[in-house]
Amino acid sequence: MAIGTAAGLFSGLFGVGGGSVIVPLLVLWLGYDERSATATSLAAIVFIAAFAAGTQGLYGNVHVLDALLVGVPAVGGVLFGTWLQQRVDNRSLSLLFAAVLVASAVELVLR
Amino acid sequence: MIGAIAIGVAGGIVAGMLGVGGGVLFVPGLVIFLNLSQHQAEATSLLAIIPVAIVGTYKQDRYGNVRRGDALLLGLLSLGGAAGGVALANALSGRVLRDAFAALILIVAAQFVRRGLARPA
Repeated sequence: MAIGTAAGLFSGLFGVGGGSVIVPLLVLWLGYDERSATATSLAAIVFIAAFAAGTQGLYGNVHVLDALLVGVPAVGGVLFGTWLQQRVDNRSLSLLFAAVLVASAVELVLR
Repeated sequence: MIGAIAIGVAGGIVAGMLGVGGGVLFVPGLVIFLNLSQHQAEATSLLAIIPVAIVGTYKQDRYGNVRRGDALLLGLLSLGGAAGGVALANALSGRVLRDAFAALILIVAAQFVRRGLARPA
């Protein structure tokens, strides 16, 4: 119940799935292994994101065409990324990803 | 249009490789490259996440990794929180929401720095 409420708040507030809240809590509180936690969190996110997107739609904030243009190609990207994951060093990629996030944060704050 | 597709593909690849949701990349991408407001970017990101999560769930479920009862329960229990989160986001100014989001992705970045510097298991 607490996990659901925290994840929902987080997702609704920041427009992300909430997996970064759900996965660690499932592991820590409910004794999930990492793989089941990630998989179960993905399934829960379908409900959370659909409901939160619908609510945001009532505020008139959703750009449906942009969402489709981002979300549909992203499916192909995820499948490719999952395939690639088995074949490259994830540690350097983690650092690169962190650098992109820091640059994005700076850009957002300076806007 | 090409910008949106590029955000989707790039965000998707990184999401698949690192096991993160796409949202943490979709939101800044939509703000920086498509000039959406922070509120619009978050709302649009939520919709864009759905196809990714559906396909991911389908694939994981075939491996038997999804605990369906828990997922359903978790999803339903989170709806109140999600409504509250959306209401809170819309009560905040774009400036405040954007800075809070920037803080969030810095925390995620720190997690990945730690993961990147960890010795391989």
